[in-house]
Amino acid sequence: MANKMKIRAWIENDKTTVKAIIFHPMETGLRKDKKSGKPIPAHYITEVSCEHNGKSILKCMWGPGVSKNPFFSFRFAGAKPGDKLKISWVDNQGQAGSSESQIS
Amino acid sequence: MLNNRRTFLKAGMATGTLAIATGAGLLTPRSVLAAWPEKAFKTKKYPAALQALTGTDQLTDSDTIVVKAPDIAENGAVVSVTVTTSLPKVENISMFVPVNAFPLSASFDMSTTTDGFITGRIKMAKTSDVIAVVKADGKLYTAKKTVKVTLGGCGG
Repeated sequence: MANKMKIRAWIENDKTTVKAIIFHPMETGLRKDKKSGKPIPAHYITEVSCEHNGKSILKCMWGPGVSKNPFFSFRFAGAKPGDKLKISWVDNQGQAGSSESQIS
Repeated sequence: MLNNRRTFLKAGMATGTLAIATGAGLLTPRSVLAAWPEKAFKTKKYPAALQALTGTDQLTDSDTIVVKAPDIAENGAVVSVTVTTSLPKVENISMFVPVNAFPLSASFDMSTTTDGFITGRIKMAKTSDVIAVVKADGKLYTAKKTVKVTLGGCGG
């Protein structure tokens, strides 16, 4: 599970569209294990930062209300084909991951 | 008598600490508060969560914000929401679901080159409004859309 992410980024009419999905359980901490009846500890991504050539373009702050395997999409200006796009995340249990992609 | 005095002092101290904490939270500029706004995410009531995030509950309804979400969501665990706005200088877009255990779902800080457009997938406990709050040029605007949820997506 750890550190899995898919990123697609492409340029259309001078704007770059980014679509990304991070594979993460996003547990709210409110669910209970069906067998043992014990609460499943909260485990969700709190922060995601997106960088274009090292410059921050979007910062997401998430709570447990974001769906499992969160998908998000956004658009920004000023990129060229071949530019680097880096997305990194941190969750509430201190785990982290990041992935890099080229804009096409 | 002595006992009462002790209790009184303790209560006073507790309130004092809380006041200082709140004051510090409100005084810290948004840019410094780049770290995850824990208080806003852990607040369980909608207007309070909004207040914790933005420091105010004064919002202006705006036609320039479009919240795109399904009319009926069969599965509340995955509700795709798109917020688009034509407002200039968008600084932040946040999504709230008032009926959820934690009303603040997601908050996106935009940079100057980022468009006023964001898509995300959020959980919804039951039928409710999805409220988008957009901060543009220092002001707060809002728009909402009702989503019918047939199967709740927040555990249980």
